[in-house]
Amino acid sequence: MTVLLHHGFLFNLWFIPLAPFVGFLVNGIFGRHLPKWLVTAVALLAPLASFSAVLYESNFSLYTQTEIFGTWINIGALHIDFSFVLDQLSLVMLLVVTGVGFLIHVYSAGYMHDDEGYARYFSYLNLFLFFMTVLVLAGNALVMFVGWEGVGLASYLLIGFCFQKNSAADAGKKAFIVNRIGDFGFLIAMFLLLANFGTLTFTEIAMKLGQDPGWQGGVVTVIALCLLLGAAGKSAQVPLYVWLPDAMEGPTPVSALIHAATMVTAGVYMIARTHVLFDHSPFALSVVAIVGAATAIFAATIGLVQNDIKRVLAYSTISQLGYMFLGCGVAAYSAAIFHLVTHAFFKALLFLAAGSVIHAIGGEQDLRRMGGLWKKMPVTFAVATVGVLAIAGFPPFAGFFSKDAILYAAYLHGASGKALWFVGVVTALLTSFYMFRLWYLAFLGQPRGEAAPHHSTPWSMLAPLVILALLSICGGWIGIDRTAGSTGLSGLSNLSGLVNWINMERFSGLLAPAVGAGAAGGGSAQLELILSGAAVGGALLGWLLAHLFYRQKSTLPVRVAAALPAGYKLLANKYYVDEFYGAAVVKPLLAISTYLLGWVVDKALLGGAAWLIGGIATFAGALLQRWQSGNIRSYAAWLAAGAAAVLLFLVVPWATAWAASLEFVGKMAGH
Amino acid sequence: MSSLLTQEVPISWYLLLSAVLFSLGVAGFLIKRNLITVFMSIELMLNAVNLSFVTFAHQWHAVKGQIFVFFVMVVAAAEAAVGLAIIIAVFRARATLAVDRIDLMKL
Repeated sequence: MTVLLHHGFLFNLWFIPLAPFVGFLVNGIFGRHLPKWLVTAVALLAPLASFSAVLYESNFSLYTQTEIFGTWINIGALHIDFSFVLDQLSLVMLLVVTGVGFLIHVYSAGYMHDDEGYARYFSYLNLFLFFMTVLVLAGNALVMFVGWEGVGLASYLLIGFCFQKNSAADAGKKAFIVNRIGDFGFLIAMFLLLANFGTLTFTEIAMKLGQDPGWQGGVVTVIALCLLLGAAGKSAQVPLYVWLPDAMEGPTPVSALIHAATMVTAGVYMIARTHVLFDHSPFALSVVAIVGAATAIFAATIGLVQNDIKRVLAYSTISQLGYMFLGCGVAAYSAAIFHLVTHAFFKALLFLAAGSVIHAIGGEQDLRRMGGLWKKMPVTFAVATVGVLAIAGFPPFAGFFSKDAILYAAYLHGASGKALWFVGVVTALLTSFYMFRLWYLAFLGQPRGEAAPHHSTPWSMLAPLVILALLSICGGWIGIDRTAGSTGLSGLSNLSGLVNWINMERFSGLLAPAVGAGAAGGGSAQLELILSGAAVGGALLGWLLAHLFYRQKSTLPVRVAAALPAGYKLLANKYYVDEFYGAAVVKPLLAISTYLLGWVVDKALLGGAAWLIGGIATFAGALLQRWQSGNIRSYAAWLAAGAAAVLLFLVVPWATAWAASLEFVGKMAGH
Repeated sequence: MSSLLTQEVPISWYLLLSAVLFSLGVAGFLIKRNLITVFMSIELMLNAVNLSFVTFAHQWHAVKGQIFVFFVMVVAAAEAAVGLAIIIAVFRARATLAVDRIDLMKL
């Protein structure tokens, strides 16, 4: 691993975050006074410039490139730099962030065209890209934390973009506060890292862990679990996922960019970035896997019965993030990142398609009032179909490759692997079911309600959709090429254990038998084929069920819901998790704040102390005030009394006696 | 007999007289309500101090005390001029000289 210090002027890594930051400053400060075309130009050029810079840098066989811009903290043994790292992992992530980010900026230009907060919207969006690129490029945990908090801020601002709406403002606050819990874990992890390793730089931590085989379990487990808490907050995993469905209050392109494609995957990225720690703690790793699997199936079941099109997608996002965590948890980081990439493509596509639908039919988000839209919005229908097929995991769409990569790795993972794999396949079935449910309800059948398209979709919205659709089709194929050994992607396997990019020779086993892939870790091409077949079979079953429920016998969903009222109610109310948190956390917290902190501490203790001090001063003032009578003769009397006292002090012998005794004592002390 | 006549008055007598005069002045200043009487009490105090100045000057054969008495008398004269003028002005304005009622500057 070569570490290279760049001091060149022409083009450096800092340019990648800088461009969106400039966009943020320009639109944030002057945006309101600039003409709209200029705002658009600035807003779109910034991510385009970043994306170009990333493309310029993208050479997958490159060594790890580290850039240090200066010392941040230097106290004693503690030394932290502003440092950026570009390796295969951050490069992949950057390509997704800036590439998909740029497409969504273009889409937003059409989607938000009539919004009065146009410039504000784009300044926030650019700010998000700035922090996200900082997060991805960070060479140490502290710089990553800056980006981490920054994207949280941007997310808060954008969820609450329509801050006049109470629900939007509340959702923003909820997202921010729930994320604080995760950030607490991240912070503790950083403190522990500093205490135990003396550094926050990822490469140095890896080096120290590699040098001493004694690092196993123990404190490493604690650090890894704290990091997991942070990742679970940011990536909406059980038990901290509750903010993400509410985050759908934000504008739809925001949901696509921040709450589906990029920001929420930061947790997965962070785990992949700090994977050495997880590798040294099997326990933490299995916790990651269990959290991921639980989240995947939990969110998928809730997604089955949601009627808001964006909420279906939100729960689907949580579920897919669960897949990624599952991948991380079975140490298949590359598969997790692979799924992150393909998920960014097809979920951004689905959200943007949903946005296109919502935009066209005038803000309606309820699936029950849509229907029959395929005729009126053929392009949107086509790309949404691609997205649905991709997320359901049908070959040759992108989701198939990445999802199967994770499931395959899970299956081969130890004793619990088969159970994890089974959960994954059931989730795949559920995913397929609710996505096709959405598809049938929104696009097929007869129009319900007056949800007819009001206005046509502009090209600025259609073009990103088409590009993302192409990516959703082809995005998974990078997994195949690697095994053919024919492209520059081969360099990916250089990075120690992490981006052992596609150890998915199995793709070749399934799709290119000529290569004759061997399987690492006890798998075989035959096994891969069987597992993939099972997953696709599950997805197919989901589709058939959705077809049966929402196409052939449209009374069936109601009948099933009526047959299982308790189950349906449980799902429709999202397992009452929000209510549970409200009763178990929020209400006690409010009660403690109101009564213990508010009344006892604030009012009684602090207020009492302040009242006491004030009272003493007032009382003393009232006493002294009497002295200031304004009566000259009383002043004269005090004057005379004072003079008499001085006289007494000077004349009466005990004064001198006192002085003599003092002198005596002084002498004694002197000896 | 003759010794009594020829003997000097002991210095303590002068000082005692001075103290008595000063105390009378203080008491008058504090007790009296009439502004003119208060003023006279102040003069009394000044002269009590003068007496002790002269006494000590005589005792120590130092001329400084005598000179100081002249200064005090000059100041007292000036003060009497200004003070009486103020008293007349106050009487014209308020038609009273009772110190308790001249209290416009009270808080």
